[in-house]
Amino acid sequence: MNKNSNSYQIIYAAVMVLLVGVVLAFVYMALKPKQDVNIANDKRSQILASLHIDAPSEAEIPATYEKYVTRDLLLDHEGNIVDSTKNVAFDIDMKKNMKLAEADRQLPMFECTLDDGSKKYVIPVYGAGLWGAIWGFVAVDDDGETVYGTDFSHESETPGLGARITEDSFQHQYDGKLLFKEGAFKSVSVVKKGQRPTDGSDYVDAISGATITSRGVGAMMQECIAPYEPFFKKIQQ
Amino acid sequence: MLSKKNKEALFNPLSKDNPVLVQILGICSTLAVTASLKPAIVMGIAVIVVLALSNVIISLIRTTIPTTIRIIVQLVVVAALVIMVQQFLVAYTYDVSKQLSVFIGLIITNCILMGRLEAFALNNGPWASFLDGIGNGLGYTIILVIVAFFRELLGSGTLMGLQVIPQWCYDHGYENNGLMILPPMALITVACIIWVHRARNKELQEN
Repeated sequence: MNKNSNSYQIIYAAVMVLLVGVVLAFVYMALKPKQDVNIANDKRSQILASLHIDAPSEAEIPATYEKYVTRDLLLDHEGNIVDSTKNVAFDIDMKKNMKLAEADRQLPMFECTLDDGSKKYVIPVYGAGLWGAIWGFVAVDDDGETVYGTDFSHESETPGLGARITEDSFQHQYDGKLLFKEGAFKSVSVVKKGQRPTDGSDYVDAISGATITSRGVGAMMQECIAPYEPFFKKIQQ
Repeated sequence: MLSKKNKEALFNPLSKDNPVLVQILGICSTLAVTASLKPAIVMGIAVIVVLALSNVIISLIRTTIPTTIRIIVQLVVVAALVIMVQQFLVAYTYDVSKQLSVFIGLIITNCILMGRLEAFALNNGPWASFLDGIGNGLGYTIILVIVAFFRELLGSGTLMGLQVIPQWCYDHGYENNGLMILPPMALITVACIIWVHRARNKELQEN
């Protein structure tokens, strides 16, 4: 058999690609249910992390989540609750949601009750870092303006630089920061260490060497939390 | 089991024929993943696994591969393995997969893989190719770990994410060297390692 004949090469390549395709499809199908469970649990543990709650073990994430997250909410742009069926906020794909024009976006929110009976509102945020998407969850106190906690994740930021937005040392800076200044929504800025934001908003230190990721976090907070302003204004009263 | 030739396949890449230090392959990922120790180690392990498996597969089908499309065949095998590794990580160790998301994909472009497939697996049996894959993977991992050790220590003051430089150093004016976390210092660190390595191995020195 002539290994360098055209027909041999074409058949070889076709069979190889077909085989590999079948194997990969099989692996994907076989592992998909397990992956989906992991991804959903990861989302739950991120929401819990924004409330400073660690599930005791991976297996207990769903139960812990059920315990603290009391209600899923969907808001309209005037700050009214339009839907509160189970998992209505959890099932929203933020990636698709953020592609819509601002007026068409759905505004999901998780209402949580902590052990001491205090209520927190968790908002999912989604934006762009340097290499890919960044997202996270911001927990706000029931005074409607104080950040209780945050949790950020990323798709592909540089380890040791942009990827450090997932570390506590960055995330804990947000605790206790105010989203409103003198009754107006200002978000929380991310600025270079030693600098101050010009608009008088509260601020956290950026990560040195990760300017674009840090800016992305700042922009994401601003863009994703702003639509909730009417809701927070209501509960501030 | 370990004939002289197999021993060479396994141990030569660790120093005398190191893929990073001597062949200067895989520099891209050496720069990218060595800002801290943990991703460097997991990346090393992933490369060892993919390199060993792809070496074995290519070696097994080496007599059937048409020479004109052998690069494509090698790429498909490596890409398929990398995707499978990624899928398994997501399904069974989700935390690790989150940390490594980009790098696992980057393995496909690692020149060490194509280099070993071309230079070794196409001409040798599966067992020797397997050892060669493990050896080269280890040689790569060792350098990654050394570079990451210095960069994390001097750049962040931590090792594996744990603080090792005591707080009183910072109180007395010590500062982390921010330049160490940036890619240029990875190049310089690698260059320093190559310098030491050549100084100790006279036969590697060019005139």
